[in-house]
Amino acid sequence: MNIQSRPSAELSISLGAGNDSPESIAPRAPGPVRRERVYAPGLVLSAIFLLALLAAAIAPQLFTRFDPLIGDFTQGLKSPGWEHLFGTDRLGRDVFTRTVYGTRYSLLIGIGGMAISLAFGIVLGIIAGQRNRILDEATSRLFDVLSSFPGVLLAMLVVTFLGQGMLNIAIAVGIAGIPKFGRVIRAQTQLVRDADYVTHAVVYGLSRRQVFLRHVLPNVLVAVPVIATVYIGNTILAVSGLSFLGLGPQPPTPEWGVMLAESRDVLRVAWWPGVFPGLAITLTVIAFTLVGNALQKRFEGRLA
Amino acid sequence: MTADTGINRQSADDVLIDIRGLSIGFADANGGAPIVDRFDLTIHRGECVALVGESGSGKSITARSLLNLVGDGSRVNADRFLIKGRDARQFREADWRRLRGTVTGLVMQDALVSLDPLRTIGQEVAEVLSEHHTLRSRRAIEARVVHVLAKVGIPDPARRVLQYAHQLSGGLRQRALIASAIAADPDLIIADEPTTSLDVTVQAQVLSVLAERVREGAGLLLISHDLAVVAGIADRVIVMREGRIVDSGPTADVLRRPRHPYTRQLIAAIPSADSRGHLLASSRFELGSSCAQGADTSAILRDPLPARGAPRDQIVLQVNGISKRYAHRLGAGSEPPPPALDNVSFDVRDGEVVGIVGESGSGKSTCAKIILGLLAPDQGEVRLLGRRWSDIEESERRQLRSRLQYIPQDALSSFDPRYRVADVIGENLAGVGDRKARRARIVELLEQVGLNAGHLDRYPRSLSGGQRQRVSIARALAAEPDLIVCDEPVSALDVSIQAQVLDLLGGLQARLGTALLFISHDLGVVQHVADRVLVFHHGRIVEAGPVREIFADPSDDYTKTLLASIPRIDRALDRIADYGRRRPDLMIVGETMVGKVRPARDGIPH
Repeated sequence: MNIQSRPSAELSISLGAGNDSPESIAPRAPGPVRRERVYAPGLVLSAIFLLALLAAAIAPQLFTRFDPLIGDFTQGLKSPGWEHLFGTDRLGRDVFTRTVYGTRYSLLIGIGGMAISLAFGIVLGIIAGQRNRILDEATSRLFDVLSSFPGVLLAMLVVTFLGQGMLNIAIAVGIAGIPKFGRVIRAQTQLVRDADYVTHAVVYGLSRRQVFLRHVLPNVLVAVPVIATVYIGNTILAVSGLSFLGLGPQPPTPEWGVMLAESRDVLRVAWWPGVFPGLAITLTVIAFTLVGNALQKRFEGRLA
Repeated sequence: MTADTGINRQSADDVLIDIRGLSIGFADANGGAPIVDRFDLTIHRGECVALVGESGSGKSITARSLLNLVGDGSRVNADRFLIKGRDARQFREADWRRLRGTVTGLVMQDALVSLDPLRTIGQEVAEVLSEHHTLRSRRAIEARVVHVLAKVGIPDPARRVLQYAHQLSGGLRQRALIASAIAADPDLIIADEPTTSLDVTVQAQVLSVLAERVREGAGLLLISHDLAVVAGIADRVIVMREGRIVDSGPTADVLRRPRHPYTRQLIAAIPSADSRGHLLASSRFELGSSCAQGADTSAILRDPLPARGAPRDQIVLQVNGISKRYAHRLGAGSEPPPPALDNVSFDVRDGEVVGIVGESGSGKSTCAKIILGLLAPDQGEVRLLGRRWSDIEESERRQLRSRLQYIPQDALSSFDPRYRVADVIGENLAGVGDRKARRARIVELLEQVGLNAGHLDRYPRSLSGGQRQRVSIARALAAEPDLIVCDEPVSALDVSIQAQVLDLLGGLQARLGTALLFISHDLGVVQHVADRVLVFHHGRIVEAGPVREIFADPSDDYTKTLLASIPRIDRALDRIADYGRRRPDLMIVGETMVGKVRPARDGIPH
């Protein structure tokens, strides 16, 4: 029942019994309805984890004293312990160090790919969301074509054309992500386009450009941070997958997907070189998704 | 008259509901304080008790407590809570479930969302019967469903049982909802704002269906924000405010001689012909001593509005024979829909208030859209200030836009959600130079509508409904227009807030001499504010003229029907005075109504 969620200050009306006259419309102090915000522990942990990732991406050397690329052959395949938290790999490199340094690559490529998806998705989505049937059809069909390829396949296709490398893999993942954002932005544009406040802006005599810049665009973009956070986990996952297949950065780059690929050879004797980067990927994706969903919930109802 | 309301209450068996000291609260709302406090309620068989109050007064939640549907986390306490003599405080969920539908039936406001879209109304009505094993054989249930649908006045029930809610018109849908509530013959019907979203003519029919049930011996708890609706049907009225009973008693007593100032305000704030040219919110009740026949004289005194200048002859808006037909989608129906607007012509002169009344689908909104230049008419033209308006490009229109402003029904959705009050108004300010001057002008406008500088940086969503509408009025005034189109500006507001907003509009209009085109489905509101009225029906103007003449002596049949079906307190009270009991004559109104109403525009008869 929605009655319970109403602040009590709004319930009272100014037709008082006796003393307060009906004309008294002086603004009532908005009843400070402070609700204790309770954060789910999972959400808090996710946020902390993401902050840690950020720190690791900016200054990985603060977390470890080892070098991610040069290992000590004599220390090969040591199991996890105090000296090497996550153990060492075949070449004696510290897996923890490599995982920490890998954050930079995974995040950078993920965010890069995301930026590409967003840039194209926003532009195309807004174009599709206009009241132009032909433009809408054209862009929407483009989205359909793009999304009809499995993401990995499409990315492989792009990498085949552009060649391997970090930038190219970001482009590949970015292109595969365009329809996802494009469709959300298109829907949001249509929603805002038909919103009453846009109609009113027209009635009040704003030009098309003004209406678009002042009312449509900002309200469409409100949705962006939310969908971006929700989808960045996916992007990181896709990047790791492609790197695992050898389409991204090449060994010895300490990228998580690359590390996973390297660990395959030794998996039978040592689980740690593969499990920890895999865990890093999983946790990152979960953390982004949780935080993204929480953001989405907060913004819900404010987007239209 | 006070005496006979108790006449046919004989035994304790007749008491359906007996509640003393009810309080309802939520642990996490309202600071733990109860939302409903010390509430008493008794309902007998064959009695209609009305629960009246403005939004947030706790009336719905009280009614739901009779079904134990208050909601999660609620705390319901009572000194006594008897339903048909049984102590409901001891009930478990299974007991409640057995009760719902058979002893208590609930009719809610919005039939479209209350009825399952995936099931036919026949299934919907049958559900309560099979669920409670009232009837076992399928054939008996089917017969009963048809019978119940016929009983609530649904024509051709055998065909209707196979239809879905969206295929029915609003009035039929509401009646189907009532049918599902009364199918298992509950002793008590709880109707929560059953007619609020309906047109007045349909409202009259729905009320007559409910009244019929009461006459057959059911108890009715009618919840409404509208005292006039209640006046025609209720035996007793309970006025609630902030979760407490402020006034209660037999209908005639409460309405004619309201004891509590709040009730007086509620009654006096209802706009009508008598309140024309006066401030509604200034109303005072003057209780005269009773006359010889025992009829009480009470008068409502109001302060007059500021004097208005005489309407000038200059024509602001000229509407010449506009027609509009919405595109007919193939396969949506066999015949093309009738035009939304059909050869409509009228003028608005400078400083004049023109009212447009009509029911939903009568073309009011289409007309407003065309006047606002949001929609092009198929035929005819609109001229603004003598210049071409409807048949020119938007870019040419833009320079005249500031002359014509708009006050919408839902102010909140007309504000950009990112904008603060200052931004909303500031956007519509034309040509005021520097920042400081703009801000001063915005404050001036806010003060004009009864707000102040403290509201500048508030977000509209944090304002109350009345305050939002004030902001929207200030925004319209910011452009210093010649004409403001007001599309149902007060229909979403409570009556006391409505009174304040109408006073504000009236006062500003009198002072500034801005012409208003005032669209409303509420005839009382139009009667209160307008100089001239246009009655829309099926896309045509069926009658036009000065408000006084039209309302006193309507010549068109539809206008007569419309006027006859407005619930009015004075009329209802006169009837009570004439007959002692009002129910039979309400039925007369209801029956004539049913006979008179024409098929709705979608071809579905009401």
